[in-house]
Amino acid sequence: MRTAITVLRKDLLLELRGLETLPAMILFAIVTFVIFHFGLNRDTIDGQLAGGVLTVTLLFAAMLGINRLFVAEREQGGFDAFLLAPVDRSALLVAKATALFLFLVVLEVIAVPAFGLLLLGPSLGHALPGLVAVLALGDVALAVIGTLVSAIAVQTRARDLIGPIIGLPLLLPALIGMARGAGPLLVAHGSSAPPGKWVAILALYDVVFALLSYAVFDFLLED
Amino acid sequence: MTTYGRGLRGLSLAAAATITAALALTFFYAPLDANQGFIQKIFYIHVPLAITALCGFVFGGVLGAMYLRTGERKWDIRSYVAIHMALIFGVGTLLTGTIWAKASWGHWWVWSDPTLTSFLIVMLLFATYQPLRFSIEDPERQSRYASVFAVVAGAFVPLNFIAVRAAQAYVHPRVLTLTGGNLPGSMRLTFLVALVGVALLYVTLWKYEMAAKSARMQVRALRRALLGEDSVAPLKRSAAPS
Amino acid sequence: MLRNVSLQVPAGATLAVLGRNGAGKSTLLRILATLLRPHAGDVLVFGEALPRRGFAVRGRLGLLGHDPLLYRDLSGRENLGYHARLHGVASERIEELLEAVGMRERGDEPVRLLSRGLVQRVAVCRAVLHAPALLLLDEPLANLDPAATELVGPLIGRGCGATRVLTSHDPQAALAEADLVLGLEDGRASFLTSPDKVDAAAVKGLYA
Repeated sequence: MRTAITVLRKDLLLELRGLETLPAMILFAIVTFVIFHFGLNRDTIDGQLAGGVLTVTLLFAAMLGINRLFVAEREQGGFDAFLLAPVDRSALLVAKATALFLFLVVLEVIAVPAFGLLLLGPSLGHALPGLVAVLALGDVALAVIGTLVSAIAVQTRARDLIGPIIGLPLLLPALIGMARGAGPLLVAHGSSAPPGKWVAILALYDVVFALLSYAVFDFLLED
Repeated sequence: MTTYGRGLRGLSLAAAATITAALALTFFYAPLDANQGFIQKIFYIHVPLAITALCGFVFGGVLGAMYLRTGERKWDIRSYVAIHMALIFGVGTLLTGTIWAKASWGHWWVWSDPTLTSFLIVMLLFATYQPLRFSIEDPERQSRYASVFAVVAGAFVPLNFIAVRAAQAYVHPRVLTLTGGNLPGSMRLTFLVALVGVALLYVTLWKYEMAAKSARMQVRALRRALLGEDSVAPLKRSAAPS
Repeated sequence: MLRNVSLQVPAGATLAVLGRNGAGKSTLLRILATLLRPHAGDVLVFGEALPRRGFAVRGRLGLLGHDPLLYRDLSGRENLGYHARLHGVASERIEELLEAVGMRERGDEPVRLLSRGLVQRVAVCRAVLHAPALLLLDEPLANLDPAATELVGPLIGRGCGATRVLTSHDPQAALAEADLVLGLEDGRASFLTSPDKVDAAAVKGLYA
């Protein structure tokens, strides 16, 4: 646990210093909203369409973050530094996934209001608590799978390609959960609680893949 | 090294016999479906292919886990063969499924069907298995990473089906459920025979391929021992044996 | 690719590894550092078999390779702080070490702004931060000016108390420090003796 916190602090410090990934993710999300506005030729969207657009946008912004997750490690010898330390190697997974999760939360704090402003028809007010819950669960999935896939990809030749092509199918159930969970919330007089079925599926997905990733991560780091 | 060839002849005969029996039953014994007519008989090949493919993927995941646990090369090769065999059966499923869809629903592809969609997603995921292997040059790392993938992807299969089924109303005929299904007796028999036949086919092909790969590995090891390390050119792709 | 290299190094001794680029020196060091897995043969460090028991020895060895293993956007102090926390070392030691290599004042500058020689000094601190009993030094004095070389001497030099495996491009300097010398050529051990028995021609042959 202490190891994970050490690595996490280092990563947050690096991002604060460099400030490359997070601004890019945010900018990307906002531009994507604009693209959707023109692509769909609509002033506002709501309901399931809104749920889908929001999910897809967050996903692609997340992909930017995922691709960069282990770059500093690979380029500046960080893997060796970590591997030489007498620590539990799965802590790297915990640290990186937490970092990615935090990036996604910051992204959403900006992107969701932007979405409300630029594209969404109904107001966000009542939907917010439910939406936060759905997005939080979805972020866990994105963070865990993203870290796993990024760690696999960083050691392959086709680095930037392998990550998304493995990650996207794997994330599909979670993405369906996010979109379907958010959809009913984003209507004019919709409920403020997301459909229980989707929350359950997201939670199940999160638990299964978090445990599984934790179990197999060690094997990715050995050499 | 285990001999995969042992029992292969018996297995092949059993597979051939069962499949022949299944075909016979399909065409001569199973009744004609009232709604769909003759084309419904594709079900007897389509569903066994689907089930076998999915089980094959999960099987590949289990074998991958064995590799991670023991570090023995043979598990990785078994995992590789299981997955790529399942991929082939999966393609067969998609093809027979599309034919059936067109014939009975009028469309080549139907999004509103959860089973089809889940299956497509699983296939998309496993289609990345070979590119992944191919993009890692170091053989030991390749085996390790492929096994990690196999384990995660194998676990993904059931989860994916749950999620997609929850998402969509079904169009796919729900003839098989956990409670044993609502197939009339004669259809059930035909189906079971077909299922066993396809499963045997899978195992037979798996063994064949394992035997071929194992023999090739042994020959290469012998050549290496007799003629020196450098006389054996490395193989070009996938689960390259030593 | 290393083949059939066999050797034993007693505690506290220094092994010098000589050879051209590509001879396998760095590979040998990385295997000892538990970063590379040997395909065949036995590797015992502190009596523990690698790679299986790698976790038992990691905390007791220090690697100084070509890569300083420092994050360029963080300062020397922050980098050392990271490593210190990973190894469970108290932060006072960071100050001690920075002082010892003359980097105390510049410890807060990001590593990417430091010259190669200064980076190497910080890298030396990183390698000895946790007081390892075994030092694996891959051309440790590269990029260091004479003043710096003197400063790092007590930390990684002959008198530092650790067992050392060191590689060098400069055979004479390496021989002067060594208790045992290994010559590597194309991954194979060309000779393994004590420095006084080293054949000058054999050494020349390694670099020819």
